[in-house]
Amino acid sequence: MAADATLQQKNQTKSPWGGGRSPFNVSWGKMYMWFFLVSDAFTFSSLLVAYGVMRHRFTGVWPNANDVFTHFPFYEGHVPLAYVGLMTFILIMSSVTMVLAVDAGHRRDNKGVAIWMFLTIVGGLMFVGSQAWEWYNFIGGTELGALKTADGSIYRFPENAPHLHAAHPPEWALISPSQEIITDKALLEEIKRNAVPIHGANLTENEYGHPLFADFFFFITGFHGFHVFSGVVINFIIFLNVLGGVYTRRGHYEQVEKVGLYWHFVDLVWVFVFTFFYLI
Amino acid sequence: MSDHKNETHGGYYTGDIHNQFVEEHYDPKNRSVIWKTFWILLVITIAEVGIAFTSIPMEILRVVFIVLTLVKAYFIVGYFMHLKHETKSLAMSIVLPFILIAYLIVMALTEGVYLHFWDITFF
Repeated sequence: MAADATLQQKNQTKSPWGGGRSPFNVSWGKMYMWFFLVSDAFTFSSLLVAYGVMRHRFTGVWPNANDVFTHFPFYEGHVPLAYVGLMTFILIMSSVTMVLAVDAGHRRDNKGVAIWMFLTIVGGLMFVGSQAWEWYNFIGGTELGALKTADGSIYRFPENAPHLHAAHPPEWALISPSQEIITDKALLEEIKRNAVPIHGANLTENEYGHPLFADFFFFITGFHGFHVFSGVVINFIIFLNVLGGVYTRRGHYEQVEKVGLYWHFVDLVWVFVFTFFYLI
Repeated sequence: MSDHKNETHGGYYTGDIHNQFVEEHYDPKNRSVIWKTFWILLVITIAEVGIAFTSIPMEILRVVFIVLTLVKAYFIVGYFMHLKHETKSLAMSIVLPFILIAYLIVMALTEGVYLHFWDITFF
């Protein structure tokens, strides 16, 4: 019996799963944050996969994001990708300030944590603001709008699709749902007779093309934007705690690490949204 | 575990009801790693936006974009979220479940292509 007990004790000290310490060598709070993020990543993956399914289903009539998101503040022309590239830069930058806050926490530098947390919050607010502006432009749509026929097909004006317009500058033409230029007078007249003008995008119609594009855009970027917003709120609470010296008294800055994990996750999701909505 | 507020070199006690001891090794080189990661992410993002305007066929670009996105994800998770320096068992229990997502992608997108041919055949 005695030998058995010694053996057991020996095993306990050797195996990380023998008890008495964290086999993952991580605090319980951080482990829970990681597992929450895994589940959240599954939710986002499912949303993006659902988007992918509908995109494959309606391939050919799916809008090209480079014709949809072409606005840039204080600039009149069409500049695809520039604004969303800037948003991506802002979010990556705020991820850097977050990781610098965590780093300052490891050094027990309370002032450093406060400064970097503050900059992270500013970056987060800039991102949410940018997203609101992106939504505003998408919902508002273009000045000309588009024509919607009774069967739900969207015929766009070439002026709104600079890619195709540059190649064909006819007097008056339309772009079919499958992105072909229609110049035949009789056909144009027929479309015009049967169509109603629509402006912008909402959950039921989308002047840029298939309405599901708008639905997925609102849902996925909205869900992500809400994550950013909650992240800003949580970061702000932690920031107040830092100012109040809570973590100086506690002796460690693990709370900053945990919100840091969440914040980087939000950045990570954006990297995927950026690719699947804007680039591909 | 007597004085949990006392920060010890190489670790700390969480100070809550569990009062777990957490190992901590601070590396002064951390900050240069952070900035290096930042430059990598920035250069990849600029490259992505840049090649989107080239005349490379979209079929190739799609693959390039997805690969670059996974590279970015690797740097964010590995360095910003520090997973590269966690124990292998923790890293694996976080990363391996995503095999299910790879499976979901293959199954669901196949279904999407099938629906496309269904639509153009019957409607």
